[in-house]
Amino acid sequence: MAASRRPNVGTFAIGAWLTGDTLAALARRKMVLGYLFVLPTLLGIVVFTVVPVIGSFGLSFFRWSVIEPAQFTGLANYQQFIHDQRTLHSFVTTAEFVVIAVTLQIVLSLLLAISTQQVKALGLRYFFRSAFFLPLLTSAASISIVLAYMYDQDFGVINYYLGFLGIPRVPWLNAPQWALVAIILTYVWEQIGFTFIVFTGGLGSISRDVLDAADVDGAAGWKRLWLITLPMLSPTMLFAAVVGVIGALQLFAEPYVMTQGGPGDATRTVVMIIYEAAFQNLQIGYASAVAVFLFLVILLVTAAQFALSKLWVFYQ
Amino acid sequence: MTLLTSTPARSRPLNPHLFIWQRLGAGTSLLFLFITAVLTLAPIAYALTTSLRTPAESFTLPPQWIPVSPDWSNYQAVFTTVPFGAYLLNSGIVTVSIVIGQLITSSLAGYAFARFDFPGKDALFWLILATMMIPLQATIIPVFVEISRAGLADTRASLVITAVGTAFGTFLLRQYFKTIPNEYEEAALVDGAGHLTIFWSVYLPLVQPGLAVLAVLTFNSHWNEFLRPLVFLKSVDKFTLPLGLVSLQGYLGTGSISVVLAGVILSLIPVLAVYLLGQRYLIEGIMLGGLKT
Repeated sequence: MAASRRPNVGTFAIGAWLTGDTLAALARRKMVLGYLFVLPTLLGIVVFTVVPVIGSFGLSFFRWSVIEPAQFTGLANYQQFIHDQRTLHSFVTTAEFVVIAVTLQIVLSLLLAISTQQVKALGLRYFFRSAFFLPLLTSAASISIVLAYMYDQDFGVINYYLGFLGIPRVPWLNAPQWALVAIILTYVWEQIGFTFIVFTGGLGSISRDVLDAADVDGAAGWKRLWLITLPMLSPTMLFAAVVGVIGALQLFAEPYVMTQGGPGDATRTVVMIIYEAAFQNLQIGYASAVAVFLFLVILLVTAAQFALSKLWVFYQ
Repeated sequence: MTLLTSTPARSRPLNPHLFIWQRLGAGTSLLFLFITAVLTLAPIAYALTTSLRTPAESFTLPPQWIPVSPDWSNYQAVFTTVPFGAYLLNSGIVTVSIVIGQLITSSLAGYAFARFDFPGKDALFWLILATMMIPLQATIIPVFVEISRAGLADTRASLVITAVGTAFGTFLLRQYFKTIPNEYEEAALVDGAGHLTIFWSVYLPLVQPGLAVLAVLTFNSHWNEFLRPLVFLKSVDKFTLPLGLVSLQGYLGTGSISVVLAGVILSLIPVLAVYLLGQRYLIEGIMLGGLKT
């Protein structure tokens, strides 16, 4: 305490350096404040994202069960991974899921956004927007619970109504091929609102002048949609596809709640494998290797989407 | 098909065939919209109406879409059969803390990146932006190790501390701060205001829409998040709602789904309320951020 009260030449110097009335002192104040303002965010991101992502990479070269000390095993986890049929199968399942779910999500929400834009009555348009948006507010966990009840083979509402159409009871969650379909439909139901909003925004930002010019040139209806609207919307589609694929590759809660990965391994996704390996079987190193690989897949797929986008995305 | 009819006044229906096709197209597209709206609303309607049926008839077909004699007992049962009140409170505390934390850290960082100059600013900004590409699974194992080492395993605080620094929020608010002209700062400096005052009383109120968007998106995603609570929390009394509901479903089995669905409906109310408060800022915010939660 006493030490801090003693006048300190250094403190005065720094004080003057910072508090002076000159322009230089003003700039220095902004500089110091800049670092201070960024510090909390930077600390959080470095400690809980940057260091851990490097940590995952490091852990993937170790054998570690938490109880016993970690043991360096080189590439053993990766070797185990490429020979593990169950893990490889989860990548195939996830890939099937991503391709079908994201395609459905984008096509449906694009159709919905274009159709909703045509609705003249404002109240009706607001109703549609809210209806498509509402699922975004639900949690994956709770909607998986609700839909699991609705999918029930004997007592479920879905089979009840399909029965009216003469369709026999579908074993939604009890048969391997149907379980993935059920999860895809659940996921698309949840996600459609987000892509719908993105496309609605994208449509709204297409300038009126361009559309009017198209009208004057006689490009109406389908022709205008195909030649003007869709190309103008292509950057938005790229964005929706990139974000959609990144999200879908991380599928976890829906199969965890609805099928626990089953029947068999039919709906076991990559993230379920990571979760089970790390937090149930305590194979920290192996789980980290799978997680690192998934991260690489996400980066590669995203990079490929951007590279391919040069072929079809139109920038004004 | 409606795509045909966007500007009926100008698309001169001289050709009667074209006109018929346009009307038909508009009809088809309205039908498509209605069917999709019914399908998107159906699960929520099912959860709501079934939660109002007695447990005995909750699984009876046909479903009762309009509750003739609503039975509210499930909404009491959900509090007595499981610590639902605790789940609600845990979710509330964790989510609100994360929202407030993120609003503070990212308004500070967003302001600095938008309006201050300091060496290394661009590099730091790109570092933060790049972390948005990193999926949760690539970090969650070491983060779990970190919080266990710090003695924070199985605490609600661990969910908050690890989520307070946000690349998305920083980026979003930087975009908002960038839209505000420099003249405000110059005027305030002339009036003798310090930088902290300028940040707090001049600029922060001007980015209120951005703060609202961040608050709504953060509230939504953390109120509903599943994987982190599943990994971080062990004790039932610390569970957040999504975890609690899943354990409730497992615990009650298929016996009385109306109680579980009452829980689902209750858990939807806060997030709906927050959305209704902030919705007018939401769409422009999503477009401006150009990014998902």
